[in-house]
Amino acid sequence: MRMAFGSTRSPAGRSRRPPPERSIVGTAATRTVSYGLLIGVAGLMFVPFLWSLTTSFKTSPEAAQVPPTILPRQPTIDAYRTVIVQAPFARWFANSVMVALAVVATRCTLDTLAGYAFARMRFPGRELLFSAVISTLMVSPIVLIIPRFILLQQLGLVNTLHALWIPFASEAFGVFLMRQVFQSFPTELEDAARIDGAGRLRMFWSLAIPNATPAIATLAIFSFQGSWNRFLDAVIFISGAHRDQFTLPLGLAYFRSLYYTDWPVVMAIAVLTTLPLAVAFLFCQRYFVEGAARTGLNG
Amino acid sequence: MSLFDWDLLTQQGRFIGLGNYRVLVASDEFWSALRNTVYYVLGVVPVQSALALLLALVANRRIRGRTFFRSAFYFPSISSSVAVALMFLWILQGGGLADGILTLLGGTPPRPAWLSNPNGVFDLLASRLGWKLPSWAIGPSVALLCIMALNVWTTTGTMMVIFLAGLQDIPRELQEAAAVDGATSRTILWSITLPLLRPIMLFVLAIGMIGAFQVFDQIWIMTRGQNQTTTLVWLIYSESFGGGFRAGQAAAVATVLLAVVFGLTMLQRRLFDRQAEW
Repeated sequence: MRMAFGSTRSPAGRSRRPPPERSIVGTAATRTVSYGLLIGVAGLMFVPFLWSLTTSFKTSPEAAQVPPTILPRQPTIDAYRTVIVQAPFARWFANSVMVALAVVATRCTLDTLAGYAFARMRFPGRELLFSAVISTLMVSPIVLIIPRFILLQQLGLVNTLHALWIPFASEAFGVFLMRQVFQSFPTELEDAARIDGAGRLRMFWSLAIPNATPAIATLAIFSFQGSWNRFLDAVIFISGAHRDQFTLPLGLAYFRSLYYTDWPVVMAIAVLTTLPLAVAFLFCQRYFVEGAARTGLNG
Repeated sequence: MSLFDWDLLTQQGRFIGLGNYRVLVASDEFWSALRNTVYYVLGVVPVQSALALLLALVANRRIRGRTFFRSAFYFPSISSSVAVALMFLWILQGGGLADGILTLLGGTPPRPAWLSNPNGVFDLLASRLGWKLPSWAIGPSVALLCIMALNVWTTTGTMMVIFLAGLQDIPRELQEAAAVDGATSRTILWSITLPLLRPIMLFVLAIGMIGAFQVFDQIWIMTRGQNQTTTLVWLIYSESFGGGFRAGQAAAVATVLLAVVFGLTMLQRRLFDRQAEW
């Protein structure tokens, strides 16, 4: 994983500005300390992942040894075999993908539309409505669980995968992000389009959307990641008896209760759950990182 | 709903006024959950913000591989919380990696092992000096401290990315002009960079706090509220879907949680506004 990261130094993160003066950078000593700190912390960030990876290739007796071995002495893929054979892993994986794609599709549509409306259209109560949307960011998800559960139960959706995307089809973060993006566009283009007779939806589709593609990509990635990792709602909306409706985090928790002491198996499924995001991260780092940076700046 | 005796299974309720709150005030579990939540927020938020700021300041210098470091620090926060919690559960097992490293460094691993240890950390430190602390001052348990450390580990990267973006928005000209005028790099840092970064700091503190209040997945995987790791959010869960099915009681805790979050947000805003008046 370390090597893979090293090879992806994309130009995206490089400073846009010329490097600062030497005097600001400081002496060789502070440079050494700086590198030491950064490398040390990077090591701290990687060790747990590497440790899980090496554990997943150990036999369970070797994993239980005290003191632990660093690299597996007899590397084996038995743990992975157990995961694939003993569990409906493929099913859980497919469930996670379907739910995540549904969330991405609805959020990119609804949040973009709502963000555009809040940014560009004038209607009574707009500010009040927007504050209402934003204030939901402060509410703990757990507080929303009971009303959501009751609603889903009345709709007959508890213990189905629908319970994992319908309540999350739109949320404040995306609306906020898209509103900021649309507000930053100059209005002249739209004014010109209006003079040419374009309607609101046409302006949205032909002007706003093409210019907001990077932001929409950020939103898509954030939504995917959020859905992929969602646990709290899943553990409550899908009961343990409905194993065919599990997503990966649920499966992971279930595996842990089943293979309590067989750590290579637990680590293997943890690795398999993390891997898709790691791959996505390698290819779209810019969008991942800039999502956090952008919303941070605008906040 | 917090004013009803509401059964989650039958979905029937009976109005009981402030009865749920009366039960809360009388329950030890509630007070320990409130205390743990306060420990959690006061411990995690300043540490992760300060660490993230330090890393961002360092990484903002002319440094090779800045993109690499930024990505490396950010990766933990996008990984599945369940997967990460399991990794740490494994590392913190008795005889696991954490114990091994500690022994290598000449320390003695805690017993009971990390996440099974309900002893307060202040009390452990004090007893080394031969002091005995009153029960309200023993501090967060070792187990809670581990979960707090895990939260710092996952979230610092996000905060660093936000700080880094903020730092890159500060015009270099300001710092260069000050350097030409003979200001030392320390003066530049304290008089220019940090004051200009204040809005970002406020934001980082605010989202850090909201996130710290919401911790759930890690507790579910790692301790299930055992060993003094019950927080308000965990209490809401255990009162309702976690087995209690007392939705009214859970709603009362949720109301308290909302009040605490709201109060702290207001307090924070006031503190920062006062600073801004200088």
